[in-house]
Amino acid sequence: MPYNDPHPAETRIISRRFHLANPASIETFLAHEGYQAFLKASKMTPDEVVNEVKKSNLRGRGGAGFPTGMKWGFLARNSPKPKYIVVNADESEPGTCKDRVLIEFDPHRLIEGILIAGIAGDAHRGWVYIRGEYRYLIDIMDKAIDEAYARGWLGKNIQGTGFDFELTTHSGAGAYECGEESALLESLEGKRGQPRIRPPFPAVSGAFQCPTILNNVETFCAVPDIILQGGDWYASLGVPKAGGTRLLCISGHVQKPGVYEVPIGFPMMKAINELAGGLFPGRKLKAVIPGGSSCPVLAAHECDLPMDYDSMAKAGTMLGSGGMVIMDDSTDMVKAALRIIKFYQHESCGWCIPCREGTLWLKKILTRLDDGIGVDSDIDLVGELAENMLGRTFCPLGDAAALPTISIVKKFRSEFEARLAHVQVPKGGNESLVRIHA
Amino acid sequence: MVNLTIDGIAVQAAPGTLLIDAAKQAGIKIPAFCYYEGYSLQAACRMCLVEVEKFPKLQAACTLPVAEGMVVRTEGAPAVKARKTTLEFLLTNHPLDCPVCDPGGECELQDMVFRYGAGESRFTEVKHHVDEKQWSPVVYYDAPRCILCYRCIRVCDEGMGVNALGITNRGAFSEIVPNMGDHLNCDECGACIDICPVGALTSGTYRYQTRPWEMEHTGTICTHCSDGCKTTLGSRNGEIVRGNNRDSSGVNGEFLCIKGRYAFDFVQHEERLQSPLIRRNGKLEEASWAEAINLVAAKFGEAKGNTGVVGSVHTTNEENFYLRKLAMQGLGTPSVDHQRSGDVHTLLDALAGKENALAAVDDLYRAKAVLIVGADLSEQHPLLAFQVRANVRHHQAAVYTVTPGPVREDKTSAKAVRCAEANLLDGVRGLADELKSKGDLTILFGDAIKGQAVRDLVAFGDSLGIAVKYVCLVDYSNSRGAVDMGLVPGEGGLSIPQMLAATDLAALWVVGADPLAGGGLASKGAFVVVQDLFLTETAKRADVVLPSASAYEKSGTVTNGAGEVQRLVKAASVMGAKPDLEIFGLIARAMRIDVGRAQNEAIFEEIRKTVRGYNVPLPVIATGGAARTQPLNGRLGSIPDPSQVRSARDTLFTSGALGRYSKILKQVVEAPGALYEG
Repeated sequence: MPYNDPHPAETRIISRRFHLANPASIETFLAHEGYQAFLKASKMTPDEVVNEVKKSNLRGRGGAGFPTGMKWGFLARNSPKPKYIVVNADESEPGTCKDRVLIEFDPHRLIEGILIAGIAGDAHRGWVYIRGEYRYLIDIMDKAIDEAYARGWLGKNIQGTGFDFELTTHSGAGAYECGEESALLESLEGKRGQPRIRPPFPAVSGAFQCPTILNNVETFCAVPDIILQGGDWYASLGVPKAGGTRLLCISGHVQKPGVYEVPIGFPMMKAINELAGGLFPGRKLKAVIPGGSSCPVLAAHECDLPMDYDSMAKAGTMLGSGGMVIMDDSTDMVKAALRIIKFYQHESCGWCIPCREGTLWLKKILTRLDDGIGVDSDIDLVGELAENMLGRTFCPLGDAAALPTISIVKKFRSEFEARLAHVQVPKGGNESLVRIHA
Repeated sequence: MVNLTIDGIAVQAAPGTLLIDAAKQAGIKIPAFCYYEGYSLQAACRMCLVEVEKFPKLQAACTLPVAEGMVVRTEGAPAVKARKTTLEFLLTNHPLDCPVCDPGGECELQDMVFRYGAGESRFTEVKHHVDEKQWSPVVYYDAPRCILCYRCIRVCDEGMGVNALGITNRGAFSEIVPNMGDHLNCDECGACIDICPVGALTSGTYRYQTRPWEMEHTGTICTHCSDGCKTTLGSRNGEIVRGNNRDSSGVNGEFLCIKGRYAFDFVQHEERLQSPLIRRNGKLEEASWAEAINLVAAKFGEAKGNTGVVGSVHTTNEENFYLRKLAMQGLGTPSVDHQRSGDVHTLLDALAGKENALAAVDDLYRAKAVLIVGADLSEQHPLLAFQVRANVRHHQAAVYTVTPGPVREDKTSAKAVRCAEANLLDGVRGLADELKSKGDLTILFGDAIKGQAVRDLVAFGDSLGIAVKYVCLVDYSNSRGAVDMGLVPGEGGLSIPQMLAATDLAALWVVGADPLAGGGLASKGAFVVVQDLFLTETAKRADVVLPSASAYEKSGTVTNGAGEVQRLVKAASVMGAKPDLEIFGLIARAMRIDVGRAQNEAIFEEIRKTVRGYNVPLPVIATGGAARTQPLNGRLGSIPDPSQVRSARDTLFTSGALGRYSKILKQVVEAPGALYEG
């Protein structure tokens, strides 16, 4: 599938090789500064690499936005155990498709980022944990790894630098939960994909109880340019405390959906109207999911803001994974809420009570509301149940389900009210309504 | 020590202590479903969320280590609300069938709802239902009741070392499943049922039998193997309906195996003898107690010193002590014996004069190294195996196995050595260098080590230069007590094989044993008296059979394989059967022999005064505790022939004669005989 057309308003750094002919091949990569950052890093000490990344203000691109340099600095590098690199390519957040294009069009950039992380962490073994549904990407990644081994960019004594690194792919089995780093590690170890108790964090005890650097694909992909052009240069692209560019995955009711690379702090309305070609004629913006479906939605009037961590937090939402879902005035917000909760109910791993039971209950109420047989108390109940999940679950999946639900009910309450059955319901629920639904 | 404040109380705790444990030490109980002391942490139920100052969100007390200056509120409004809403979530798909649910009345979910209450149900949707499943004859699973606390999975994997349970499906549709798919292949110990906080896992033998509050709960000692577990028998109108570890004060804590939990059913077996039998015209016919006792007294009066007496490994210390006295002093026969299953005599003799050289059950949990010689601990002594596993889990103890074939302990062992039964000591000697580096060692050995081999083993232990303790493994609940009470041939007395071979034996008195199971009695004219629960092979040959009560139908004391004395408490009654002690008393009275009162307390007092090592503190026994005997204050005078030491080598699912009358042991699908030799 060809990549969407580049847009002049983009700042293309990690996506700059996407439009070359045969972009995923090692020849194309090597012809365009490929592995030069690794060669440079191989002459640096681990601390120098970590410091460069710290200087870059790179923050994790998986969604949580934790400073990458700091995370690498936490690695228990003095441990006698082997150190590992794990790539989180379990891209499952609805609305997000950036890791997919990165692996599809520039897999060697990822390998290079992993190698540099290996130098930073004194690690010589790595895994790329790829979402099971991305079957074709596993093939692309495997091919890239094979090429790298064949050309001596992986394996023993890479290009005479004395640095060894072994890399393999590992397929997920279709669980959103495995995008959570500790559940990913459990799955990587062959266990049921359920999150671990933290601490210890992966930097101390990760894959197979060994110190592990675990980052998102996009995070690793940003590293080669940081090494080549310097952390200060990268930091200058973004805003204070958050450097560089990131990929926006714009989908929904826009004319040119696609993946666009912009600096952190890029205005949201500009992204919608210029990069993504604006809404369809005659349509008005209703709401935006700004960074994957686990972020609270923004109503149209809230969308005029720069996309950086602080501004988004001030607006009550998150930068998240970069998966923007644009909803115009044809959107039924009750259906949207139901669709989101259906996803989280399906993906709840069942480990802890509030998420396991809360998502199913919410799904049942929202299904009823959507069917037009909701009762007055349902709207408050939906909000309240989501609040009861918030902050009380074992891992962030419960919050991910609660946050968008709370925001949709709060911001689009009138749509829910319009769907009520408007029947007098005795205390304790209406038996007949329940029967209809069953 | 770390100083913190919990609910306004200043608390000190060791660094690394979890908040929930620190609170418990201070007498504050933070509620939890998934947290269970001794097993891995889950943090899944979210019931233990508490307010901690400086933390923006509620914190799970089960995973949060204490920190200096921490200020915690466990019952503040936010925490209470969180618990209430979590319970509301839990009850959404819970069937709320408490009126018919087995644990109703002893259910942690009920207790929790009672405490934090979700008074009004706002859930009006259709509940998710899954049909109940039977996993084995003893375990049923009712998924809708399950709160997914994972306790069963952990107790099975970590506690039992079996790992028979796992999870299937996802989210609210998650279910506990046997890893075999539709059935269990495990120890059938039922630990998962006891640890289940709700009624999701129920006992195949007890479910829908009665309500917990309609039973009398009696903590007594299991009558099967020699580990001496305390089992709580729930009885209704004198009939046992349930066994579990409701009273977990025994040496076993919360452990029980299938025998302790389920194999009480021999008590109510339809073949139990309920009337004395006298042989008339070649056939055993029912008779009155008076008639039978008078006949026995008359015959014993004639036979006197030419009587062979075979004692039991299930009867109490008091009974064994009294039987020996009655036989030796009253009848004047030195021919007293019982089937020995471990060479305890040689061990005590070899260790004479040493201090702390005998390991108690608790020592297996604390030893730095454990050496298992010629025994399949998990099959023969499940509690000891459980203790060793817990030791490995909590203290990283080094375990060594020297056995003829693979055993479960191999999985967690530092080294597993295979050698034939005759060469076990060679295998042991090969471990000398490794063992020397351990702080202390506990050696357990089976019946293959007897006579000189025991002395060689002790010499090996002495050569290590570290503190070494020993356990001589024996078979049944009072095998050790029978040894200690001296049920062995006196000066010039006959052993069991000699009694059976003697052509002129006038009388044979068999109490709770089956010596004729393997062959006949040479003395065709011998008058045979049998006291037993069932018509055993020996009883079929008897002239008089007296129905006796099982260990669950009487009181007294027994001594477990590790030499700990514990009290039996009567939990059931079977019409017609009498405790053996009462029968001894009747016989003594009919024979006009006075060897003291046939009464438990009086005899135990005499035991304390006269039996080596039995001067144990009475309050410990009286309150249901385990008192360690100290029998190493001197060498033994004489040692009975070690060649007659022979273990029955029962497995988890066999238990000698009692096992043959336990229907539940026969129902489980796991093949008995999973011992290394089998």
